[in-house]
Amino acid sequence: MLRPLKLFGLFARISVLNEVQYRANFFMQVLQSGLSLGTGLIVLNVVYSYTDTLGGWSQAELLAIYGVFVLMGGLIGSLVIPNMWAFMEDVREGRLDFTLTKPEDSQVLISVRVVAIWRLVDVVLGIAVLSVAIARMGLEASWWLAFAFASTLVMGMILLYCVLLLASILSFWFVRVWELMEMMQSIFQAGRWPVGIYPDWLRLGLTYLIPVAFAVTVPAEALTGRLTPQLLAGTFVFTLVALFITRRLWMLGLRNYSGASA
Amino acid sequence: MGLNENITTSHPRSRMSLRGYLQMYAVAARQAIIEQLQYPAANMMFMVHILIEPVIYLVVWSSVANSQGGAIGGYTAAQFAGYYIIWTLVRQFNLAIGPHGFHWRIKEGRLAAELLRPVHPLLPDLGYYLGYKVPQTLYWLPMGFLLWLLFKPEISPDPWQVLAFPVVLMLAFFVRFFFMWLLGLVCFWTERVDALFELYFAAELLFSGRLVPLEVMPAWAQNVANFLPFQWTFYFPIEVLLGRVSLAEFWPGVLIQLAWITGGYSLVRLIWKLAVKRFTAVGS
Repeated sequence: MLRPLKLFGLFARISVLNEVQYRANFFMQVLQSGLSLGTGLIVLNVVYSYTDTLGGWSQAELLAIYGVFVLMGGLIGSLVIPNMWAFMEDVREGRLDFTLTKPEDSQVLISVRVVAIWRLVDVVLGIAVLSVAIARMGLEASWWLAFAFASTLVMGMILLYCVLLLASILSFWFVRVWELMEMMQSIFQAGRWPVGIYPDWLRLGLTYLIPVAFAVTVPAEALTGRLTPQLLAGTFVFTLVALFITRRLWMLGLRNYSGASA
Repeated sequence: MGLNENITTSHPRSRMSLRGYLQMYAVAARQAIIEQLQYPAANMMFMVHILIEPVIYLVVWSSVANSQGGAIGGYTAAQFAGYYIIWTLVRQFNLAIGPHGFHWRIKEGRLAAELLRPVHPLLPDLGYYLGYKVPQTLYWLPMGFLLWLLFKPEISPDPWQVLAFPVVLMLAFFVRFFFMWLLGLVCFWTERVDALFELYFAAELLFSGRLVPLEVMPAWAQNVANFLPFQWTFYFPIEVLLGRVSLAEFWPGVLIQLAWITGGYSLVRLIWKLAVKRFTAVGS
């Protein structure tokens, strides 16, 4: 159980050592993240100028959703997505052989290889937005709240990891799947708003197909005291199922893979 | 280096006949059509990728309108639906070579080969993106129909507005095409272009009517938008087909579109000359 974490720590250290050589990239990322945060806040403000609540969420609560959205985007963008691109590239170029011959679990290896550290700027910004939102909501801190928020955040991240990996695994069969990845990343944008406002067919898709609902709305619900223990338990079960399915499909995909050199 | 200068100083027009140009456009357009029809699944996914953005805006603004008694800024929920469904068609048409594509073409050394051709690289691009509209419109049709069924829009144009729409749609493409090219030319001077591109796209999002009809934006944003070309690539064509542009507003709008096209084209010509002088290719 600890071994994946140790591997992750090792690769993260290499990534950091690699990236700190290019410090200018940090400032570029700050510029870009600041820009997209600014745009997002302007959009929220335009909405606020017309209405006080959207789908039952107050202004401060909508800001909390946006904070979770930015935070989750940063986590996925730095820890998950770069690994998926690297993996798909490996399959295409036939380089996956090098990973498969290593004496570690291949799924773990391809999932922890890269950390795009500068994207963590978004994590910092997301936390800042969240803090402002929490202050405005006048939230009373409690252990239950902290636990519910932290656990739903982690589960949301695992679920996004699962669907992104599922999409990447398809590259074992269809070599070109980057359109699918791009599509999923644009669907993630729907998470800026509470999923409750979307029509039923779209909300179902955003919940089970591409779990934006679990990744952003549910943690925000936890933070605003909307989360019931039942929903928390349901999220937990769904996460386990997703992990199981992803694992099975990974095994199936591996069997289908024939290397470039083999 | 001398070769490049040859290309900028010589006038291809004196060498190539009108027929030659038309043939060149036709070839570039056909190439785009064939390329796009080759990957139907990838194209469908690209379509979803494009559609998800307006669907989000549509849902947000119709819920805001509904929560405020049915209308805000002169738009009802059904009119918002109409706005964003036309948006998807306009988006298909104003797609042009992105600055990222330009960056790639310089970085990979493709431009060196393109410079050797007896035509300005702008022209095959133009042909390619015009041809690109054919399969994209085909892929758009089922999606547009589906959106229509799902969101029941209210679109009420007069007959002349329906006829005028294709015209302003094409003009919108030309405005966007030249300004995208202009942005791409920045790559001749610097490699670090991502932040600049994002600044440009953020401005486009806010001031073009891409995010929300400009009338719904705060007054300061509307004022800023009047000094920028963006609203003539999204807002204006959408409003024409939506039936919200009167004849008295239509002609000035077309003139402003033409003015931006002329301005954009002149700037491209001017900066292109400077850019090519800087360009050096390695190898072949």
